[in-house]
Amino acid sequence: MQYAWSRNALAIVLAGLVLAGCSSTGKKEPAPEPLPAEDAAAGTIPSPAPESDISRQVDAAGNPMNPNTGQPLGRVFYFDYDKAVLRPESFALLELHGAFLRSNPDRRVMIEGHCDERGTREYNLALGERRADAIRTLLVSSGVRRSQIDSVSYGEERPVDAGHGEAAWAKNRRGELVYR
Amino acid sequence: MSYRLFLFVAIIVALIAGASVASAQIAIEIDRGYDNPKKIAIVPFAMGANLQGVEDMSAIVSFDLARSGQFAPVGAENMLSLPSQPNEVFFRDWRILGVEYLVIGRAEQDFDGKLSVNYYLYDVLNERQLTSERLKGDRNSARDMAHMVSDAIYEKITGIRGAFSTKILYVLAAGLGTPGVHFKLEMADVDGARPRTLLDSKEPILSVTWSPDAKRAVYVSFEKGKPAIFLQEIATGGRTLLTDFPGLNSAPAFSPDGRRLALVLSRDGNPEIYTMDLATRALVRVTRHHAIDTEPTWTADGRSLIFTSDRGGKPQIYKVDLASGLTERVTFEGDYNARARLLPDGKHIVFVHRRNGVFHIALLDMERDRMMILTETSLDESPSIAPNGTMLIYATQDRGRGILAVVSIDGRVKYRLPSSAGDVREPDWSPFLRPPAG
Repeated sequence: MQYAWSRNALAIVLAGLVLAGCSSTGKKEPAPEPLPAEDAAAGTIPSPAPESDISRQVDAAGNPMNPNTGQPLGRVFYFDYDKAVLRPESFALLELHGAFLRSNPDRRVMIEGHCDERGTREYNLALGERRADAIRTLLVSSGVRRSQIDSVSYGEERPVDAGHGEAAWAKNRRGELVYR
Repeated sequence: MSYRLFLFVAIIVALIAGASVASAQIAIEIDRGYDNPKKIAIVPFAMGANLQGVEDMSAIVSFDLARSGQFAPVGAENMLSLPSQPNEVFFRDWRILGVEYLVIGRAEQDFDGKLSVNYYLYDVLNERQLTSERLKGDRNSARDMAHMVSDAIYEKITGIRGAFSTKILYVLAAGLGTPGVHFKLEMADVDGARPRTLLDSKEPILSVTWSPDAKRAVYVSFEKGKPAIFLQEIATGGRTLLTDFPGLNSAPAFSPDGRRLALVLSRDGNPEIYTMDLATRALVRVTRHHAIDTEPTWTADGRSLIFTSDRGGKPQIYKVDLASGLTERVTFEGDYNARARLLPDGKHIVFVHRRNGVFHIALLDMERDRMMILTETSLDESPSIAPNGTMLIYATQDRGRGILAVVSIDGRVKYRLPSSAGDVREPDWSPFLRPPAG
C-alpha cells in the first residue's frame, strides 16, 4: 500500500512536470503542486483498506464514488482561458479516478475536451483535444491502461451554458469524464 | 472634415424571401463619410398576362444593389413616371430626382409557357442606353433571373463582376445548451432567401466549405461521436466519409483545382496539417511541429497553404510552401490571429483578430504589412469572401444569438442577414455559379 501511494505521488510529480512542459505559453505557469494532492489522498483515507475495495464503489449510474466522502466522484475538470494545463485542485480528484480505473480494468472512460466560445472553432477543437490529452496523460501516469481511455474534443460546440460572459465561459472550459 | 463624421444611413429594404419567411427586413449601414452611393431607379417591371404569383423582380434587383452599399435605389413612390419600354423613357423625369442610372423592364409569358424578361439600363446624365438583355427561364426562376439582372447591371456600372447569383452554406444550431439540440447544414441565396436543409444532425457540424466547382461541400460532422470529414454532393445529397482517424479530423479546405483537400489530423498525437489527393485518398503530412497547426487555406496557385499555429506561443497566421516545407510567419500584430482566408487578388487575407479581448474580422495587406479592422462587434468569426472580392460574410452575435453579417472589404458597408430561429454560424460564400456574362 505504502509502495502504491509513493509510486502514485511520483507519477503525479512526473505528470506535473510533463504538463508544465507542455504549457503552450512561454509564461511561467503556477506549477501544479503535487504535495497537496498526496496529502489529500494519503491523509484522508481512514484505514489502510485494500485499494480494490475502496476504489470499486459506484453510484446507481455506474460512476465511481469518492471513497473519502461517499459522494459521487466529481467528473468535470475546469481550465483557464486558452490553457490546457490542469489546475492544482484537479490532481487529487483525477488520482481517485485513476485508482478506480486501476481497480476496475474492465471499465472504460471517455474524456471529453471542451472550450468556451471565444476564439475560432477549429482552433478550439484543437485546444479541446489538448485539454483531454492533459487528463489522459495524468490518468496514464497514474497507472491506468491506455486501452481503458478514449478521448474526444468537442471544441466550443457543446457548451453546458449557452450564455455569454465569464460565468458561462468558466463552466464551458472543461474536461469531462464519461464512464461506459 | 466630413470623413471623420460617421454618418450612417440606414436603408431599410423589405426582403421577400421564400415560402418559409413571409418578409423580413435588413438594415444596411453605409458609412457615407467616403463617397456617396450612386442613385439608381429600378422601375417596377411591367408584368404581362398570366404572371400572377411571379415574384417582383425589380424589388429583388433593388435589394441586391442596395446591399452592395454602392447604390441607393429610389423608391417607386417617388418616381414621376413608370416606363417599361424605351419609348416611354423621359430622362428629365430622372434628372429632376438626381438619378444617375435607370433600369426599366417587363416580364411576359412566352408561347411555350416560360417566363421572359426584357430589361434596359440607362445612363441618365448622358441620356444613353448602357445595355439591354432578354432573359428566359421557368416561371419559378424569377428570383434567379432577377439576380442575373443585378449581376449584369453591377458589372456594367462598376466594372466588377456581380456576385448576387451566388449562394451561402451555413450551420443552424437549434436548442443550444439543451438536450434537444440539433444542427442543420443549410444552403440559401446570398441574401438569405430560399434556405434549404442539406443535413440535419443531433451532433455538431462545422467548417463547411464549397468545392471550387460549387457541386460539392466538405464539412466536419460529429455524427459518429467524434469529428470526421464528410464530402456531400449538393444536388443529390449523396455523402462520402473522407477521414475518420482517431483524434481530430477537421478544417477541410479544397485546393483551387478541386483535386486535393488540406485537412487537420491528430492521428499521430498532435494536430497537424495534411493534404489528401481526393482520387487516391493518399495523405501527405505538411506540418511537423508540436504546436497546434490548423485552419489551412490554399493560395490561388495551389503551391502554398496559409494556416493558424500557436508555435510562437499564441495563435498566429503562417504560410508554408508545400514543395519545400519552408514556413514563414504572416501576422505579427496582436496576440490572436487565426483562420485566414485569401482574397482573390492573392495579396490580402481576412482573419479573426483579437484586440482588447474582443474578436474582430481584420484585413491584412501582406505585401505592405498593413492591417485594418473591418468589424467592430464582438465574437466575430469565420469570415468568407465573395467570389468577386468585394464583400465578406461572417458570423457574429446579436443579443446573445449567433447571426450572419456582411461587410464590404473596405469596411464601409455592413448589414446583417435576418435569421428566424436558432444560432446561425459557419458561413461559406459560394464560388460564381455561372460562367461570366458576355
